[in-house]
This record gives sequence, C-alpha cells and structure tokens, in this order.
Amino acid sequence: MAYSATAESHDHHDHRPSGIWRWLSTTNHKDIGTLYLIFAGVMFFVGGSMAMVIRLELFKPGMQFVDPAFFNSMTTVHALAMIFGGVMPAWVGLANWMIPLQVGAPDMALPRMNNFSFWLLPFAFTLLLIGFFVPGGAPAGGWTLYPPLVLQGGDSFPLAVFAIHLMGASSIMGAINVIVTIMNMRAPGMTLLRMPLFVWTWLITAYLLIAVMPVLAGAVTMLLTDHFFGTSFFSASGGGDPVMFQHVFWFFGHPEVYILILPAFGVVSEVIPTFSRKPLFGYEAMVYATASIAFLSFIVWAHHMFTVGMPLAGELFFMLSTMLIAIPTGVKVFNWSATMWKGSLTFEPPMLFCLAFLFLFTIGGFSGLMLAIAPADFQYQDTYFVVAHFHYVLVPGSIFTIIAAVYYWLPKWTGHMYNMTLAKWHFWLSTIFVNVLFFPQHFLGLAGMPRRIPDYATQFADWNMVSSIGGFGFGLSQLLFPYIVIKCIRGGEKAAARVWEGAHGLEWELPSPTPYHTWETPPSIALIHKGGEHWTEDGDDA
Amino acid sequence: MKEPAANEPGMNDALTLRRQNRSLTGKLWLFVAGSFAFGFALVPLYRVLCQVTGFGDQKLLSEAIAPITAANAANAPVAIGADESRTVTVEFMANLPTVGNWEFRPVQASLQVHPGQLYEARFVARNLTGHDTVAQAVPNIAPGEAASWFHKTQCFCFSPQAFKTGEQRVLPVRFFIDRALPVYVDRVTLSYTFYDTALRVAAR
Repeated sequence: MAYSATAESHDHHDHRPSGIWRWLSTTNHKDIGTLYLIFAGVMFFVGGSMAMVIRLELFKPGMQFVDPAFFNSMTTVHALAMIFGGVMPAWVGLANWMIPLQVGAPDMALPRMNNFSFWLLPFAFTLLLIGFFVPGGAPAGGWTLYPPLVLQGGDSFPLAVFAIHLMGASSIMGAINVIVTIMNMRAPGMTLLRMPLFVWTWLITAYLLIAVMPVLAGAVTMLLTDHFFGTSFFSASGGGDPVMFQHVFWFFGHPEVYILILPAFGVVSEVIPTFSRKPLFGYEAMVYATASIAFLSFIVWAHHMFTVGMPLAGELFFMLSTMLIAIPTGVKVFNWSATMWKGSLTFEPPMLFCLAFLFLFTIGGFSGLMLAIAPADFQYQDTYFVVAHFHYVLVPGSIFTIIAAVYYWLPKWTGHMYNMTLAKWHFWLSTIFVNVLFFPQHFLGLAGMPRRIPDYATQFADWNMVSSIGGFGFGLSQLLFPYIVIKCIRGGEKAAARVWEGAHGLEWELPSPTPYHTWETPPSIALIHKGGEHWTEDGDDA
Repeated sequence: MKEPAANEPGMNDALTLRRQNRSLTGKLWLFVAGSFAFGFALVPLYRVLCQVTGFGDQKLLSEAIAPITAANAANAPVAIGADESRTVTVEFMANLPTVGNWEFRPVQASLQVHPGQLYEARFVARNLTGHDTVAQAVPNIAPGEAASWFHKTQCFCFSPQAFKTGEQRVLPVRFFIDRALPVYVDRVTLSYTFYDTALRVAAR
C-alpha cells in the first residue's frame, strides 16, 4: 500500500529521545496512550488487591484479618483507584491511541497538554495512597465522601481532596484534547456521521467530563473549606445541609457512571460488526441513543438518594427519568443483537469479551431498573444488591470491554499476534468467576446484607464464601492478562495490516505495527469512504 | 517541522488549524470554569428551590409532626420516682468483634424494670488473649428511638478497662429508664461490643 512507503521514510527522521526521558517528555499520542494504559493496568491490580482483602475478610463471618477501620479504607480506596485510576485512564489511553488513527489525524490536537494530563495522574495517586501511612489511615468514609463522616477522617482527608483535584484536572484536559482533536483534526471527508462509533461515544463522553468533573472539584473544595476554613456548606450547625453534598456529588456522580460506560458502547459497536462480518445495524440510532443517554444522565442524579427524605414529586420525577434511560440503552442492545443476526460469526477473544458484555451488562441494567423503582429502593438501598448491580455494569461492562479493546487493537499496536488460546482461557476464567463473584451478591442484598461492613450475620455466610471464592478466582485469572500482553509486545506471529478480516476503518489501512508517525498525509477520501460505507448505510451521502 | 508536501495542508492551513484549536480550547476551558461555578451555584439554587416549593420547610414539617408531639407531651409524666404501673423489659447482650480471645457475657439475660427507678446489671469479662491488655466497651441501644430515654449513671463503658492475663472481672452498669419513655416501647435491648484497644495501639 502506498501509505507504508511514506510512513517508513518518516521513521528516518524520528527525533525521539531515548530512555526514560522519551517517556517523560513525549508528546506522541501513541506513547501517551501506552503510558495511560500501563498506568491503568497498574491501578487495576492495586485496586484489585484491595478487593482481595475485602473478599478475604468477608470469606467467613466474624473479624479475621483486618480491623474495621482498615476494611473501610479498603472499600473506599478500591473504588477510587478503580474508577479514577483504572477505568478512566484506560479509556483516555485508548482514546489517545485510536482517535487520531481513526479520524485520520497526525496526532492529538494539544500534544503538550496531553503529556501534562498524563503525568498529573501518578502524582494524584501518590497523594491518595500516601494516606495509608499518615495518622488516621487512608480515607475510609466511602468513595462518595459524604459529610459529616468524611470530615472525621484523619490526616489523609486533605490528601484525598487534592488527589481528586489532580485526577479531575487530568481528565478535564484529556477531554478537552479529545474534543478539539475530533472537532478540528478530522481528515477532509471524514464527516461527523462517518466517524467510527468509538470516536462518537468518546466525543460525547468528553463533553460529559468537562461538564461534571468541575462540579466534583467544587464539591470536594467545599468539603475542604468546611473542614479547615470554617465555612458551613454542609454543616447544619452553621446553616448548611449535609444532604446538599449528596445532591452536588451525584450531579457529578451519575454522569460519571456514563463516562465509565459510553466508550465501552463504542468498542462493542466496532468489535461486534468486525466478527459478525456485517455492518453495524442502526449506526445513526446508536449515535442518537448515546447522546440521549448522556442528556438523561444529567436529570436522574437523585435516584441515588431516594431515602434521604425527598418530596413525593421528586421521587416520582427521578424514578421515571431513570427508567427512561432503559429506552436508548435497549436500542443499543437490540442493535448489537441485530448486527449479529445472520452474520458469519467467529469467536476471537475480543468478540468473546464483547458477547459477555452484552449478556452481563444487560443483567446489570435490569438490576438498575429494579433499583430505579423508588418504593422498592427503600429495601435495596445500601445493601449488597447495589454492590452486585454496579459491579455487573462496571466489571463485565467497562472492564471487559477495555480488555476486548486491548485484544482487538493489540496486534495493530505491536505488530504481533498474541496467544489466542491463553486469551480464550483468560476469557472463560474471567466470565465464569465474575458471575460466581457477583451473582450471589444479589441474593445477599435481597436478604438484607448491608454494604461496607467487615462482619455480618451468620445467615449470610454461605453466599459470602461462594462470592469470595469467585473473587479469588477472578483476581488470579487476571494475572494472565499482563502475561499475554507483555509476551505479545516482545514477539509473536506477524500481524497483517488488517488484523481481522472483517475489520473496517482507517486504523486498519495502516501497517502493523503502526509507525511512530501516522496520517501526516491525510487519508484519501476513497479510504475514508471505504471504512465509512461499513457503518453508514448510505456511505456517500455527505 | 517538515516542509508541507504538495497534497499536505499548506503553512496557511497549519496556522489556521492552530488558531482554530486555540479558540476551541479556550471556549472549552470557559465551559469548564462555568461548570465549576455551577457546582457552587447549586448551593443557593437549592435554597431558592426549597423556598419556592416549600420542600423541607421547617414550619410545614413541624405542623406535620404536631399531633405526634402533642401525644407524647400528653403521655409525659411530670412526677419523679418509680412508675410502678409500667414494666419494661431490658435485655442485655454482649458482643466481641474478635472471636475467641475474650470471654464476655451478661450475668442476667434480662430485667423487668419500672421507669424512673435505678437498677444495676452485671457483665462478666475474662481476658484470654494471653497478655495484659486494655479493652473498651461500646454500648448500643435498640430500638434507637429509646436511646434518649435510657440513662446510664455509672458504666464500665465510660472508661477503658485494664485486664491482666487471664483476669476475670464483674463489670457493673447502673441505669434507669426515663418515665417519659414513649408508651409503645415495652422492650429495650442494651448491647455492648468489647474492643481490645491494646491490639489497636500495638498495631500502630
């Protein structure tokens, strides 16, 4: 292909410094994407080991291994590490790698800001994790940081607040970069409705990020001034209201959960057509469904607080608006199913993970609908049913699709195929154990077991033991993932440019591995149409 | 910078793109600043919302609970001394957060008490940890609404208790139940959880 010749000639004038300085100073979107993904992988194991401590303590009733305060730190920091350190940086990393390749841009629009936004993250998490070594221990009031409990924490409280400020700044800059890249850097001919869905879902996610991350920054700033500077935003003694914090927090928090899942929808919308060898069913419907979910996410936040004592009208409004979300989400699930209908399916690892996503995310969606029923929520609130629900949407939802995305694009990045057999083992072990881990938690929650407790009544013992066994199995099987990835980086069978025969889109027109600089000459209109035809039914309507 | 090839965007285009990127970035930062301000603006906005709609209005809420308050006031006895006409069952429970290292139990499972009269209950604790230590009992009263009418005048839970290796002690708690205890409460549970605080101090 004509492109590879130019790409190779470009490689001669790479001026990248070598060694550690290359990674510290890099402004290359692929390098920064790699850094984000490595960071996310590390935090995934840090947060995962905390989950192992939680499941170990809950293996049997009674207090076995850790004291209650440390247990509470585990649940709190596990959540913060997984959300802000694992899932979000993984998506930003994938955006960095793939968006310029997919829209035909030579790099992200703001490469230096890109470098800065990544390097904020290690500092943010150092601040957060230092909390374990200061008087009072790490934050233990839950990741939702509700006052007045969170204000009673030890010296780690201001550290956690600053850590959240830095994470917020990092993701805001990442989001701005994505928006500017998509809006200004698309190759000529790459119209908005010809963009791959991963780009679309990320564009919408980026808008959510810049709309709500500053609100979280504001909320934690108010906590900080309440604690140290005598304000009383949330203190009833000074005329404030602790419930106010919950409103501000969840105004951020609900869009945040869509920030974690919308890019996953994008990945699934690319992987399923590839391995079904059919165009995506209902491309435009997918775009509009994503946009509707994003819009609805702003008007449903109080469904997290049905039990705080809201007026009836509020309960009804938030219940109904929450249920509305099932409509665009249903459109997506049906579109994915319709894409597979009568397709020539094959089951490579990325497809397997996306299929597991389709089933298990839907289960998480259904338990979400149950929680949305305000009168029933009084029973479910703060039980393991909630824990089961959000882990079903986050683990087989976000994390499985991140793994699928890595298995999908890894040969493109490294130029090598990975060990398919091991990757399938990774899939089957993960999928079986994730259900052993989280499905029993539905039963525990319905039977009334509260969340965030280190000990429980003996009637919950059996299912907790099952859940813990699933947890250890899931945790151990994830060790396969870095092994497979590292082995693939080091070598393996050569990957073709179009790694999967059914794959369409600009990234597959580039050689594997992708050269350090790509699309310095924008792709031709013909190339863009070739990919675009695959998802836009009427490819040349632009 | 390489020279632009014939089919690459020219210098002019590159400058335009830079300008466009800057301008969009600036707008997005303004949007971010707006979001940050909006977070703070939610505080007065909610206040206004509540004022307009009457949500959470103290006056309305006190009107709603007025009948209950009145009923309670009517039942509240003014007299002091034991109210022999009423009997309340007080149950005693002892819990340990770490199984096996301590023995801790109430001497009596329950007492029948009259509101307004002083009683004493006893618990027994034995240190089986194998070393000298200090423990602290944390009380809990169920139902929670009875807690305001349950008064402890003297209690082993008021201060940390030092125990030698293998030492067994009887721990007394003196209490009375207020005569104003709502009439529908006829059973109160006093439970203690006994934490070995020395373990905690040693862990630090």
